[in-house]
Amino acid sequence: MAKTIIPFGPQHPVLPEPIHLSLTVEDEIVTQAVPALGYVHRGLEKLCDIRDYHHMIQVVERVCGICSKIHAMCYCQCLEEMMKIEVPPRAKYLRVIWSELHRVHSHLLWLGLFADAFGFEALFYQLWKIRERVMDINEATTGNRVIVAVNVMGGVRNDLSPEQIRWILSELELVESELKALESTILDDYTVKARTVGIGVLTKEQAYELGAAGPTLRGSGVAQDMRQLKFAAFGDLEFEPIVEYEGDSYARGKVRYRETHQSIDLVRQALHKLPEGPINVKVKGNPEGEGVARVEQPRGELYYYIKGNGTKYLERLRIRTPTFANIPPLAAMLPGIELADVPVVVLSIDPCISCTER
Amino acid sequence: MAEAQTKDKEKIVGILPATDIAGDALKGEVLKLKADGYRFVTMTCVDLDEDHVDLIYAFDRDLEMVHYRLKQPKAQPALSISDILFAAFLVENEIQDQFGICFEGLVLNFENYLYLEKEVARTPFCKYSVIRKESEAQ
Repeated sequence: MAKTIIPFGPQHPVLPEPIHLSLTVEDEIVTQAVPALGYVHRGLEKLCDIRDYHHMIQVVERVCGICSKIHAMCYCQCLEEMMKIEVPPRAKYLRVIWSELHRVHSHLLWLGLFADAFGFEALFYQLWKIRERVMDINEATTGNRVIVAVNVMGGVRNDLSPEQIRWILSELELVESELKALESTILDDYTVKARTVGIGVLTKEQAYELGAAGPTLRGSGVAQDMRQLKFAAFGDLEFEPIVEYEGDSYARGKVRYRETHQSIDLVRQALHKLPEGPINVKVKGNPEGEGVARVEQPRGELYYYIKGNGTKYLERLRIRTPTFANIPPLAAMLPGIELADVPVVVLSIDPCISCTER
Repeated sequence: MAEAQTKDKEKIVGILPATDIAGDALKGEVLKLKADGYRFVTMTCVDLDEDHVDLIYAFDRDLEMVHYRLKQPKAQPALSISDILFAAFLVENEIQDQFGICFEGLVLNFENYLYLEKEVARTPFCKYSVIRKESEAQ
């Protein structure tokens, strides 16, 4: 059978992310996938040369809107550890609350897009309707729906009032019950299973060796989640990573669905245990030396390396995002699948090219 | 993270606990780490001066990280570890684009054009060097 090379992306009706894949196809079966990037690279890491390290928080928030809160938290945590800044306990809990709200709306966005990828429009609309409740919480508590901009060096900018806490808890109750009502459709529907079960399998060994991150790693049976590092207030909350073992697109979806419920539970735990006290401390001086921080984004492990030189400008800022880590595993899971399944498998890693091309 | 005092006692300098490694020992060490069950996390390139960059390799096993630091001359190609750990190919290509360092033995080499266009003449992330090198593969 003759080989054909088919370009997938950077513009594709299913995938609103500018990634290009050169797919070698034999008789509708993909035999090789070579990724190409560079369509939207912004060089944000380089901005640390000319922006005050405090202002860089706003820059890293714009690496990715959907994970903006968690990018900023990772950046601040790295610098706070380098500069030995003790963040107040209330700020640590508030960071967890907004991070987990971000995870909920990110996973709901993805679940909707995933349903849309295989033509299940009704499910897509339902999931995005539920997501709106979380966006409304973000807006009411921070003033913004996506880029919430709550992190500052030494803590957070916003606080939650008792009324807001009661309202968030009641809204999360609704999010949970509405999502529960869709559970059988998300997990047991014939269409969903027909398009995802056994498609794009990544074995446990492959996932580990190829450096997969987040639900892509945990969907292949590896119980690794950066929240186990107990950063922010995660050490005070009950948490176990969610793992599925099949390694296919369905397993990755199932991990995200279950993590949505887990995040709601973490927000509840944090709200119930929220300590009193200040929400930030004043930060003086400039960072010097090297530091590394890791946190868990909705898409997986986020790694920041920072080198400071004692001035207000950083020497080097390096961001390794989870999608960047998940591209080699993607190249490994595409060979052997049918051409029609490519969009579903690509979406199953929850690709964020905005993150990848910082 | 370890902590060191500078001459100024008030100032705290965070030091990344990284093991220095020589270029010729790198691949052997990576093979050993892989056999010991370490997972590749990423590489970081830091521009040091006109002649050198630091290549910092990050690995993880059960949430414990180890870092290796290789002082790489800009004039010489670095050894790619992508033949041992395929996941490294993307970050090595990124470093080629951003810092003009060439990697020898890269399994999937975009030849300095992962992000950059042909007309770009400067390595965008270098503070001390601005001449773009052509990939060894060309």
